[in-house]
Order: sequence, then C-alpha cells, then structure tokens
Amino acid sequence: MRYKFNYILLLVIMFYASSLNIGAANSVIDHPAPEKAVVEEELNVKELILGHLADSYEWHVWSNGEKHITISLPVILHSKSSGWHFFSSSKFNHGNSIYKGFQIASKGEYNGKIVELDGEGNEIRPLDLSMTKNAAALIINSIILIAIILAVARVMKRDPLKSNKGFTGLMEMVILMIEDEVIKPTVGKDYKRYSPFLLTVFFFIFINNLIGLIPFFPGGANVTGNIAVTMVLAIATFIVVNFTGSKAYYKEIFWPDVPTWLKVPFPLMPIIEVVGIFTKPFALMIRLFANIMAGHAIVLGLTCLVFITVSLGPAINSSMTALSVVFSVFINFVELLVAFIQAYVFTLLSAVFVGLARDDHSEDNKKVAESSVT
Amino acid sequence: MSLLTPEPGLLFWMTISFGIVVIILVKYGFPPILKSVEKRNNYIEESLKSAREAKEELSKVKETSELILADARKEQRVILKEASRLSEQIMNEARENAVIESEKMITKARTQINADKEEALKSIRSEVTKLSVALTEKILREKLSSEKELMGMIDRLLDEIEISKS
Repeated sequence: MRYKFNYILLLVIMFYASSLNIGAANSVIDHPAPEKAVVEEELNVKELILGHLADSYEWHVWSNGEKHITISLPVILHSKSSGWHFFSSSKFNHGNSIYKGFQIASKGEYNGKIVELDGEGNEIRPLDLSMTKNAAALIINSIILIAIILAVARVMKRDPLKSNKGFTGLMEMVILMIEDEVIKPTVGKDYKRYSPFLLTVFFFIFINNLIGLIPFFPGGANVTGNIAVTMVLAIATFIVVNFTGSKAYYKEIFWPDVPTWLKVPFPLMPIIEVVGIFTKPFALMIRLFANIMAGHAIVLGLTCLVFITVSLGPAINSSMTALSVVFSVFINFVELLVAFIQAYVFTLLSAVFVGLARDDHSEDNKKVAESSVT
Repeated sequence: MSLLTPEPGLLFWMTISFGIVVIILVKYGFPPILKSVEKRNNYIEESLKSAREAKEELSKVKETSELILADARKEQRVILKEASRLSEQIMNEARENAVIESEKMITKARTQINADKEEALKSIRSEVTKLSVALTEKILREKLSSEKELMGMIDRLLDEIEISKS
C-alpha cells in the first residue's frame, strides 16, 4: 500500500512537471515578443536558447506583449575605480539603461554581463557578486532542501521505531537506497563518516535538478547546468577526497607500485597520478553540467519548434506544435530520469573516489571505480 | 563560450549556499535520520533475535516438559503396577488370614461344641440318672407295695443278673 502511494505520488509529480512545461511553452511564446516587435519575422533560436541557459540579473516571470513581469534581484559590484556598488537590477531597465556607469553588455566577450566603460570606451568587467537568477534559485532551493531534510529528521527523531508513511517514508526510502546501495559498498568500512556529506551532495543536486525542470518561478533556473555550480560541487568532493586521504592513497600517488624507471629519473607515474587527482573532479564537474544543460537546451529547442515553423504555414505549424508538445512531454520524462541519474552518478563517483582515497586500494574498489567511470 | 567560464559571482553564492547546506545537513540533517534508522534496524534485529531465542527456549521447555511427562507416566505405571501387586498381595494375605482364622474359629467352635456336648451329655446323664433313680424309687415304691410283688421283683432281677452274668 505504501509503495503504491509512493508510485502514485511520483506519477503525479511527473505529470505535474510535464504539464507545467506545456504551460511554459506558452510563456516562452510571449517572451520573444519585444524582439518580434522590432524584427517581425526573425527569431534567433540560438540566442533565445543560450539566453535561457545562461544566468541573468533579473528573474523573468511572465510577459504579456510589451509588459514584463520580472523579479528584480540585487546587484553587488566592486569596481576598481569607484569601489562597492549595491543596487537593484531594475535600474538597468531590462538592459536598456546605463546606471552609475554600469551597463549590461549586449555583445562581445561579456555579452549579457555587467560591464563598466572606461575612458577609452573599453568594456571592463567589475568584480560581480550580484545575486543573479541562478544565485537566487540556489538560495531558494537550498532553503527548500534544508526544510525538507530537517522536517524528515524531526519526524524520525521523534519516534525512531515507527515505520514512516507518506513523504517521510519516501525520503527515508531514497536516503536508505543511497546509503545502502551507493555509499556503503563503495566507501568501505568507515562509510558512516562520509554518508552525511555524500547524501547532502545527492539531495542538493537532485532537488536543484528537479526544481530546474519546473518551467516558471521559482523553478526553471538552469542551476545545476551552470559550470560554476558544478565546479563548487566538484571542489567540495575534491577537498573531501584529498583532505581525508589515507597514507596509502598518497603513497600510491607519489610513489606508486610500478617499476622504478617509471618514477626515478623522470617522475612519469607520479605526474600521471597527480593529474588524475584533478581530472576526477573535473570529470564530475563537466558531466553534471553538460547533462543538465543539454536537457534544458533540448526542451527549449523543442519548444522553439513552434515558433520556427510559424513561417511555414498554419498546417505545418499546427502539426509541428503538436509534435513539439509530445516531444517536450517525452523529454521531460527523460529529464526526470536524468535528474535522478546525474545526482546518483555524482554521488556514486564521489563515494568511489572517497573509497579509493580511504582504502588500502583493495581490488574490488578498483573494479567498482573502473566500471562506474565508464 | 560564456557557458563554459564560471562566473565569480555565482561561484561566490554557490560556495556560500552549498557551504551552509552542507554544514546544516551534515550536522543536524542526516545524522539523526541515519541514527534513527540504525536504531530501528537494531531494534528489529534484537526483536528477531529475542523472538528466536524465545522460540528456542519454548521448544526446549516443551522438550523438558515432555520428558517430565514421560517420566511421570513411567513412574505412574510403576506405581500402579506396584499398587496392584500390593493390593493383590494384601488380598491374598487377607484371604489366607481369613481362611486360617475361619479354620481356627471352626476348630475352636468344634471343640467348644464337643465340650458342650460332653457337658450336656454329662448333665443329661446325671439328670437321667437322678430321674431314673427317682422314677425307680417311685416305681419301686408303687410296685413293691406288696410282699409278693417285691419278692417277684427280686427274683426277676436276680434272674436277669444271672442271665447277664452267664
């Protein structure tokens, strides 16, 4: 009965997410409206998709013709010439105004970013700590995650011997699955030290992936498809792996168990091993970023199919619209799967790296690492 | 490609928010969850273990009770056998005793009867003698009222004695 309920819940979430996407398709129709007003028939699909994938200084919620409903976010800047600045992003008037010598570049190297013009008209990038759309989404998602986990923890702490039902039961099931299937077999004997961190990583990625799939405020931000976000996650794993590494792990790096000529006159193997330390988290960073960004790009591209085919006549346009909706629903299902799989893979590989750094390089750990990296 | 260059601003916010999430969840979020799950698992394991032990104990108790029962049954059989043997013995003894006693009593009664008979005979005899003497006296007195009769009598008696002597 309990599992049935969880299944139903999952299905409802899936349908909800995909139906929201259809709703979002309509909102995207409205979004390029101002551009259309200027250039009537041209729709720059590439720019639209890249614009949605990238970060922005304001959170666009809804547009109705010329009217935009956006949430202005704080801009925090430090310029070498004029010091700290703190103001609302509404001062830029959607990128059309210059405020205090700052403006949002519309082309060039810093396209879409705040730049400062120096005396000769060159664009200079100030230190930009603005709370952008992704940063705001990150904070919202973090609060949601903390609230969920602390609520579950409170329920479970109140009566540890009760078997939980409903949402707590679902969360417990997922937590135990990650703990028992991923962390325990890969990290090894002192897995309990690492499981809170690895579980945090899993749920952080998972919830950001899921909320990123919801196409309107407060979702829709391409958080885990942003390289800065995945970079911090990868660095966290890097720190955990290397700062808790065992002696055997470091010996394996600087004095590996290979013929001496591979390490004495020229330290070939140590160099490869040291590079390996950095390529592991780098692969984590790129994998998560590319998967999530690609998912968002596909959904956006399918949605754009509706507008590209406008010029081809109503028959083709309507059939392509139907096709676009069908494909979007399908891709959203796939993306739900990807949201879970990527969080799972990131956690699994982090656990494997931790296990490799903790263990005395036992054979089965190596096997796990090799099979999961592929 | 601006997508591939990490923004310092977002790096900053991500570090802060992820750091806070990690600190809170690693300290207050997951450990209680994992601990309570562990507690529950331990509880279940212990319960299973104690249930198994109780079952074993129960079967052991059953075994011993059965053993005790079997023993008791054996004992009972022995006791019953003994009792029946005893009762038979007692009955036999009683029977023998009764026979002996009755024989004794019969002999006693017989001797008593014989003695009584003897005594009765004796007394009867003496009585008869007395009576016969008295009768004889009376008869004699009647019969011997005349001389003739007396003489005749004496003669007859003498005859008889003579006859019996010869």
